[in-house]
Amino acid sequence: MALVATPGEKKLNPAKKLYRSIFNQETRRKTIWLLFLFPALAVYLVFMAAPLIDSLRLSLYTGVGLTPTKFVGLQNFIDLFTNPLWRGLFFGAVLHTCEFFAIHMTVQNTLGLLFAALLVSSFRGRDTFRAIIFAPATFSVLVVGFLWTLILNPSWGAVDIILNKIGLSSWALPWLGDARVALPVISLTSAWQWVGMPTMMFLAGLVGVPEELVEAARVDGASEWTAFWKIKFPLLMPVVGIVAVITFVDNFNAFDVIFAMAGVRGTPNYSTDLLATLFYRVGIAGEQPSGLPNMGIGAAIATMIFLILMIGVSLWLFVFRRQTPSQV
Amino acid sequence: MRHFKFSKLLTYFILTVWSLIVLFPIWTLIINSFKVQKDIFANPFGLPTHFTLNGYITAWTQGRFDLYFYNTIYVTATSLLLILLFGSLAAYALAKWKSRVTKFLYIFFIAGMMIPIRLGTIDLVRMMKALNLLNTLWSLIPVYVAMGMPIATFVLTAFIEDIPNEMFDAARVDGASEWNIFVTIVIPLLRPALATVAIFNMIKIWNDFWFPLVFIRAQQSRTIALGVSLLFGQYQTDWNKALSVLSMAAVPMLVLYVMLSREFIKGLTAGAVKG
Repeated sequence: MALVATPGEKKLNPAKKLYRSIFNQETRRKTIWLLFLFPALAVYLVFMAAPLIDSLRLSLYTGVGLTPTKFVGLQNFIDLFTNPLWRGLFFGAVLHTCEFFAIHMTVQNTLGLLFAALLVSSFRGRDTFRAIIFAPATFSVLVVGFLWTLILNPSWGAVDIILNKIGLSSWALPWLGDARVALPVISLTSAWQWVGMPTMMFLAGLVGVPEELVEAARVDGASEWTAFWKIKFPLLMPVVGIVAVITFVDNFNAFDVIFAMAGVRGTPNYSTDLLATLFYRVGIAGEQPSGLPNMGIGAAIATMIFLILMIGVSLWLFVFRRQTPSQV
Repeated sequence: MRHFKFSKLLTYFILTVWSLIVLFPIWTLIINSFKVQKDIFANPFGLPTHFTLNGYITAWTQGRFDLYFYNTIYVTATSLLLILLFGSLAAYALAKWKSRVTKFLYIFFIAGMMIPIRLGTIDLVRMMKALNLLNTLWSLIPVYVAMGMPIATFVLTAFIEDIPNEMFDAARVDGASEWNIFVTIVIPLLRPALATVAIFNMIKIWNDFWFPLVFIRAQQSRTIALGVSLLFGQYQTDWNKALSVLSMAAVPMLVLYVMLSREFIKGLTAGAVKG
């Protein structure tokens, strides 16, 4: 009856047979792989890459609402840099975002390094401390922002009560109402929430440092402190780079924490206005006095954020990846 | 020996102080959500003298938190399912198909980790309006799925590359198709990496506020984050309600975190430290 039909071939319909006779196994496999790639690529292209590129294109148009009406070349950028209506807001937002970033780099990431250095040795309760330090990172930024707004509220004064108790009542300030301290206070709130991220990254890096190296230094009489800075920290440089670039990208599109603690207008008096809140007001919600979104200027702000991110990330690739090609 | 003890003491001291700084606001939030207004002001840090669930009940029924919860779960679950499916399929192809094209595609995908999708919002609003999806949950899902692709391909491709090739070859000799290999070999082995990707994206999507804020006004499509922002404004003078709303938004993730803290930490840091 059957000649040499293997069980697999018996079930093949003619179309499949023809397909198999034309295409060899390698080609067939590649066709399947293309099908595998398709959904991910399609959704990524349509909902991420294309809108991003089109938003860059829209920065060359003018229009109120969501319709681009006229091609204006670089006029939106010229307006952003020179028109008194936008210039102050834009450069203010750039400056505040840099300050926001600087506070995260110094406070959040230094604390993260300190906690990681403490958590790397084993002791009782280590896992609990680790879990507590990281916990706020799982919260919604909005909830954290609102919560601290209540705690810092002078009419309740949870923080002020504590300052009173420890005898520092003169330190109490209208934390979010004073233009000099609002942005630092909000930045510290955000650092409070996210300090677990650098902690865990530095910890993962420190665990990877070979113990023999540190041991050798100790035998040579190096103190714990020197061993850390002379041996462990240089080996940690790739992680320092990743932490810096992640902090940078996150901070340059931070929005929720300002929304929750200062509103989209970056109160008081725009002193906490960041690039993302400016982008939201101008390009999406509509800035006073017209109340309608200015799509062109909004897209120009998005383009500027994009360029700043590109410069920062390229700098990171250039400095850190070249230094340690085997890592990262 | 004395020196050793001192450094241990210092470690405990620093970590305890920071733990208190972390736990104090969380304690203040949860404990005061069970107090009446007068009690909140008179006794902000102690246990409630008159225990009340009023804020929770009001937020749940009048504030429609029941609806916001359902919407958020629906959006998060659907997006996660699609991210894991699309991401693992693509990762398999990217890991096994070695060519210049796939190398480029891989870099193209992971470049998305450094470029926030927010910057394309103006165009996304136009797109959602044209597709008639504004004010629906389906305006959020495709964006979240796209947003999840970089981390999914990054973590999963690295993971599949570590699976020894012999396993695939053996299956192929037995006549298994690529799809069979994917379902019977890759997916089971991929489970820990899938968990990492799922947790990373779950936290991002569950907590996302930007896209609901931009895409959704209608009450029937609001998510928890959007609900919190609206109710917080509404209840700002009624602290019991405001704190109840915040607790309700924070507690589900907090409970999951307490149960799975190791996986959460691994998941959230996956972008930097390979899963």
